[in-house]
Parts: sequence; structure tokens; C-alpha cells
Amino acid sequence: MKVLMFGWEFPPKIFGGLAVASYGITKGLSLQGDVETTFCMPKPTGEEEKFLKIINMSQVPVAWRDVNYDHIKDRFVGHTAEDYYRFRDHIYADFNYLQGLDDLGCMQFAGGYPGNLHEEINNFSIIAGVLARSEEFDLIHAHDWLTYPAGVHAKMTTGKPLCIHVHATDFDRSRGKVNPTVYSIEKNGMDHADCIMCVSEHTRQTVINEYHQDPRKCVAMHNAVYPLPQEYRDIQPQKNPDEKVVTYLGRITMQKGPEYFIEAARRVLQRTRNIRFCFAGSGDMMAAMVDLAAAYGIADRCHFPGFQRGKQVYECYKNSDVFVMPSVSEPFGIAPLEAMQCGCPSIISKQSGCGEILDNVIKVDYWDIDAMSDAIYSICTNDALHDYLAEEGLKEVDRITWEKVGLRIRECYNQLLGRGYFNNDDYLNAVKGIK
Amino acid sequence: MKTICLYFEIHQPVHLKRYRFFDIGKDHYYYDDYENERSITEVAQKSYIPSLRTLLEMTKTYGKQFKVSFSLSGVALEQLEMYAGEVIDLLQQLAETGCVEFLAEPYSHGLSSLTNEDVFIEETKRMVKKIKELFGQTPKVLRNSSLIYDDEIGALAGRMGFKGMLIEGAKHILGWKSPHFVYSCAMDPNVKLLVRDYKFSDDISLRFNDSSWNEYPLFADKYIGWIDQLPQEEQIINIFMDLCALGIYQPLSSNILEFLKALPALAKDKGIVFATPGEIFDKAKPIAPLEVAYPISWNDEERDTSCWLGNGMQREAFNKLYQEAGRILACRDRRIKQDWDRLQACDNLHYITTKPTGVGMYRGFYESAYDAFTNYMNILGDFIKRVQDLFPVEVESDELNALYTTIHNQGEELEVKDKEIARLRARLEKFESKEEEKKPAPKKEPAKAPAKAAVKKTSAKKTETEKKPTAKKTTATKKADKAK
Repeated sequence: MKVLMFGWEFPPKIFGGLAVASYGITKGLSLQGDVETTFCMPKPTGEEEKFLKIINMSQVPVAWRDVNYDHIKDRFVGHTAEDYYRFRDHIYADFNYLQGLDDLGCMQFAGGYPGNLHEEINNFSIIAGVLARSEEFDLIHAHDWLTYPAGVHAKMTTGKPLCIHVHATDFDRSRGKVNPTVYSIEKNGMDHADCIMCVSEHTRQTVINEYHQDPRKCVAMHNAVYPLPQEYRDIQPQKNPDEKVVTYLGRITMQKGPEYFIEAARRVLQRTRNIRFCFAGSGDMMAAMVDLAAAYGIADRCHFPGFQRGKQVYECYKNSDVFVMPSVSEPFGIAPLEAMQCGCPSIISKQSGCGEILDNVIKVDYWDIDAMSDAIYSICTNDALHDYLAEEGLKEVDRITWEKVGLRIRECYNQLLGRGYFNNDDYLNAVKGIK
Repeated sequence: MKTICLYFEIHQPVHLKRYRFFDIGKDHYYYDDYENERSITEVAQKSYIPSLRTLLEMTKTYGKQFKVSFSLSGVALEQLEMYAGEVIDLLQQLAETGCVEFLAEPYSHGLSSLTNEDVFIEETKRMVKKIKELFGQTPKVLRNSSLIYDDEIGALAGRMGFKGMLIEGAKHILGWKSPHFVYSCAMDPNVKLLVRDYKFSDDISLRFNDSSWNEYPLFADKYIGWIDQLPQEEQIINIFMDLCALGIYQPLSSNILEFLKALPALAKDKGIVFATPGEIFDKAKPIAPLEVAYPISWNDEERDTSCWLGNGMQREAFNKLYQEAGRILACRDRRIKQDWDRLQACDNLHYITTKPTGVGMYRGFYESAYDAFTNYMNILGDFIKRVQDLFPVEVESDELNALYTTIHNQGEELEVKDKEIARLRARLEKFESKEEEKKPAPKKEPAKAPAKAAVKKTSAKKTETEKKPTAKKTTATKKADKAK
């Protein structure tokens, strides 16, 4: 089975959760042995793992240039010069009018999320047309809204089934005040898709209700986590045994609900003083949160260590007694799973998608600061609860693997290819065994 | 002659209210009155009242041929008294018919039998007293909360003077043995055991209205037929269930009460009789001792205590609850005693279970085990603080326990001494009367007997409360000396 996959990020270059999810999904599929994935992304670094074929969209020609093989053969990152010539044979229109073509006739991408994002999305879909014509594949899989137009284009050109993967919607990011351009791109992608994979039931409902999609073609495809590398497992927590640490880790922005964390902290600190609150992350609301903590007179107990990267993240989890994710709307939210891997009990909002597959976490409404503070206090004062959540949480999270996600996605593919359409009810029956 | 022993449990938990940690130390009222009133009224209307009426009707129709037994938990009884007096009336009417036996059980419906003998004895005695007051019977048979039983509990029941106990017919205990015989406790051969037949019991309480059950619909003649077909030597069929089975677990619309009504007549045709546990214990001889090393109960497929004490949180809550038992037994604060009863009810621990049940489980208003644990521990935090405030903190609870034991022992000692005094007095009287025979003009002391009783009463009371009995003892002995 050959899958043409469009994505925007892939490790080792990570901008957000999308890269990790893309890696997990492709890796999970590759473990089955008979799925061949061609992953098209704007700007690979050349250091990606080699279990799948990477196509560098910055080096796919859209305008014909007469170039000498010997001169260019070493210039490619991702695909090869031979691929280049094959792509060149499938240019389907004259794109010489485009600004910024290089000597190979390719469009350049900045990578990441630059200011001219919409222009890049458009270019990405133009190039997808070339790829769709020159590659052989059975179906198309597009990750996140940036690549939906490319997926739709590929489907229009070849008639192959299109699977889109909704990692987030604009409704989550904006608390309902959507950007109409983004919304129209998302909606168009969903309308053309044969199967919409959402990272949680929470997101699936948004897709059904806000984007008016047929529930039968929407499926909740929860993410997973990779086991911690040994290096992170070996981190020894260094903390004061007399004090408890409660951690928030993530962007400090409206979507993540940091103000509810401060409110809960204030309530907990009214009763007890040996608890510290750690605000790891940065974001547009950081200054406001520092002010709020100061206004409540709890600034001495609230710490803002700033953005954490790599190993620091895991050190942070290991040194915490409670992890809190009070997100107002979280499509999935991988952070609690990572905290659980480090043996740190989690409190998450019911509005988080990951809660759907987790039992050994405490779930509260993001606005219910009474319940949240009560849960924080309870974990900090009752060791039995802390230990139970830590142990059982670790066991639970170890059972959530990308391999199983790969099997579930495979089931969707099989349905699409076997009979040309997707039905969520049939899918649910088919995957009952994958637990 | 085959005998059916029908027994119903009456218990409803007291629902706790949402209690946040910032309420600790400020709010000492832990109950959700609205929910308590609503749920007990609902249960009374839907289940208790119609089923008790039916049972009353049956005793009228069949007279002494139909027998049934009940046990009530004190916490449920308090609520029934408060919100559904009619249930108590019906039970009293049933008690008057003479067809009903009331069994003893611990007042709180808690797990004290697993951890603290003193608490267990105290609350069971309290329940016995309450049954005596309300229904005019002194229970002779014990049934522990949720049929929790092991050898030590059996032996304890024997020491408390009970004839026998009801227990669960757990497969891992019985093995090849049949539940249709009377067994005895392995540690005390005088304590007899009736073993619940879970097949016949669950046919009614779990499956009666289940249309996917292959025996559905269950009619009384079929049911009696099954009992009749049992081997001749298997004589005693113990059908124990929660009274809620009639009307709540199995709706009244399933005609379960009609089914029940039809049983005695059909049983009579086959020569099957009904009896209460006490009657069976009086007649039947135990066939063999039954060894139960680890506690069993009638809950869940495992039939053990794992649904209350299965995870670390439950054990933590359980230990916290009973660690102050000494102080609570020693105190006389009625509100604390009442809270203690209600907090002990095992339902509170059941809400914290994390066992995968497959079927949806009732957790009250709690969303999860963690929620239940948090709420319960908050309440326990406040409760324990109140208990500790009663006595100086320097008094360790171990010390207090020791003190309590001393008081307890002294109480027993006093009882012995009282008996001694009575004996000596009797002797003295004899002696005096001999003297009087010699001397004319006898001088009677009519105040003597009541005074004796008074001494006994006050000393018994003292044992429960103050540390002064030594003083009392001396006065008592002085009196005795004087009498001499």
C-alpha cells in the first residue's frame, strides 16, 4: 500500500506537537511492513529518519529548466536528482509567472510558520499537483489545515481517496472567533475528504458541529506517546521533600487557561503554604499572569522559569508532584501523557481530548477552580492518591502506543480502498480488538 | 423436609455532600440532606413499602407457614425514622405476626469487624438494643455488613453470644461443598453458619427481569420446581438479598411481588417449608466446620473485600478512619458518634473503588474514584480534627487505646466484684436470717436490693466514660465491707 502524505513538520525540526504526531503516525504505519509512505514537506533538514521517503517540496520543479545532471546531483536534500527529472516531466501548467523561482524552477519555502503563510500554503498545493501526477500511490493523507489544499489538489488530479488528519481546528485556537480564511481552507479540505481523522472525540464533535461534516466520515484517532528514552528515564528528581511542586507546562496563552491555574493556586495557598506553583512556558499572557499572581499576593509561591526545551521539560515533570493542564479547549494535548511517563499525576480539564483515553488522571472542568484546587490539595496531602495515580498512570500510558494508532489508521485505509468510502460505525466494530 | 430461609437486608447509605478542602475546620456538617431525603423516599415508595406490604399480606394468608427475616443498619434506620416512618410501622406490624425474625448487624454498616473488635462489639450491641426497642425482639443471629466473614469474626460472634451467622456461599470457600447445609465456624464449633445460595438468590435479585437470560420469564412454579429437584439430603436453601431487589433492581412492573406471593402455596404443595435463621440453628446440627482464613463477602465476582479495600486510596481512608477509634469510643459527644457511624458505612469506601466492573457502577454524585477519595478525605480531615480536639493532642491515640482498655477491663473487674458482692450479701442475709431466727424482732432492709441495682448501673455506665472507676471501686468495696 502506497500513501502520499503531506505534512508541514517532521522531527528533528520541531515547531509544535504536529511534528511529533506526524512522526508517530508514519512510524506506526511503517511497523506494519507493507505500507510505503511518501512524506512531502516544505523544507526537510536531511537529518530525518530514513524509514520513509521524504520529498522536499522546495526542490520539486513547477517550471521547466534545462539543468545538467552532473551540476545538480549533489544539491538535493530529501529526494534525489532522478526524482527531480521525473517531476519535471509532469509539470502540468506554465508557472513561470510565479515570483521567486530558483534556477531549478522550484519555489522556496521558509519552513515553519512565516508571515506569508497563506502564500506558502498556496505554493505547496501547486507543487502537490506535480507530485500527484508523477508519483504512484493508493491514497492521500494530509496533516493539519496547512496541507489540506495540497491534499484536495492531489485528489482532484488523481481521484484517489483523501484522508485528512485534524490535529487542531481554528475553533480551539480562537475560542470560537475564527479567522474566516483559515476556516474556509479547513472547511474546503473537510468537504473534499473521504475520511476525516480527528485527534479526539472532542475535535470530532467540533468538526461535525462547526464544520458541518457527516459524522459517518469522521473518526476519532487519538494520538499516542513514544516511550521515554533512557536518558530521560534516568533523570533523578532533586526536590525539597518538605515542599510540593505543582506545575503548569505549555504556552501561556488564552487557549490553555493559565488564569484558572492562578485562581486554583490562590485557593490552595489560602490553606497551606508548603506548595509551590511552577509556570513553565512563555506566551502572550505571561506578563498578565505575573501581575495576577502579584495582585493575589502569592508571587512568592509562583515561579515563572520560562520556556523549557528538550530535557528541561522532563526534568520539570520529574520534579513535580502534580501536573495541571487547565486548557479551555485542547484537541488532544500530549503533555499529561508525558508527565505520566515521568510518574507525575495529572489534573486535566474535561475539555482536553487526551482525557478520553485516560482513566488515571483527575478530570475537572477548566472553569471549576474549586474542583481543581481541591484535586491539587488532595494529591499534595494524600500520598495514597499521589502514589496510586503515579503508578497506575505510568502503566496506563505505557499501553498507549503509536503502533496501535498505526493499526487503527490502517483499518481506515483498508475501508477506503476496499469499498471506496468510510463509515465510522464499521470502523468502531473493526477496531474493538485493538486495545 | 426442604426449608427455604428468606432474608432481606435493609440498608441505605447516608449521602455525603460536596466538601472542599477549604471547608475543613469551618463546616462540620457533611451530609446532603436533599439527596438523602429524596433517595430514601424513593426507595421507600418504590421498594420497601410495597414489598413489606406484600410480605405482611403473605403472613396473613399463610400464617406461620411463611417465615422471613430482616436486618437493618442503624444508619438506614435513622433515615427511615426521619423520612419514611411508614416503613418502620410496617416492620413493626410484621414483627407482631411472629413470622419474622430480626437479625443483628453492626450499626454503621461498616468494616469495623476487619480492624477493631471493640468498635464492632459496641456498635453491634447498640443495634441489638435498637432492634429490641423497636421490634421487641433480641436478635440471636448475626449478619455482618455485606456478609463479611472470616473465622475470627465467627469466633467473635460466638463470644458475643450469637447462635450463628449468615455468610456468602463463595465458590473458593465451599469448593465441592453444597451451600444447602448448616456449617459451623472453624474457630468456634458453637457458632453455626447459614450459607447463601447465590444462584437461587441472584435468580431473583439480579436476573428476574433480564429478558436475555435463558430462563426468562421466571415463574414461581419453575423456581419451586428447581428447589424441589435438589438432592434429597440438601435441605436448606438460603435466599438472601437486599430488599431493594424487589422494586429497584427488579422493577415492580416485572411482577416480582406476584412471584413472591405465589411461592409459599407452591412450596407447600411440594412439602417445602419456610424458616428463619434462628429456627434453623435451633434444630439443625452443623454438618462440618467451614474454614475461612481470609474475609469473604457477597460483593462482586471475587466475593472478597477488594471492592472496599482493593486499592491504596481505600486502605488509606480506612486506616485514617479507624486510627482514632480509641478517642471516639472514649468520647461522649453525640454528634461525633453519629458522624462516626455515618462515615464508617462501607459505601463511602466503595465509591473509591477502581476495579474494572464492566457494568456501570453507582458512585453517587462522584465523577470518579479520585473525586470520591478527595471528598471523603476532606471530610475525614475535618472529622479527625474535631476528634483530636476533644482530648489533648499530647495524648497519643495508642495511649488512649490503652486507657480505654484499662477502663474496659476495670468495667469487667467491677462486674465480677458486683457479682461477688451480691454473693456475699446473699450469704450475709442467710447468716442474718439465721441470727434473726435466734433473735426475735427482725429488722428488714428493704432498700438493699434497689441500692444494689443502682450500684451496678452506675458502675456499668462509668466504664464507658470516665477514668474514675477506681474511686467508685473503692466506694463499692467499702460498701461491701460495711455490709460485711
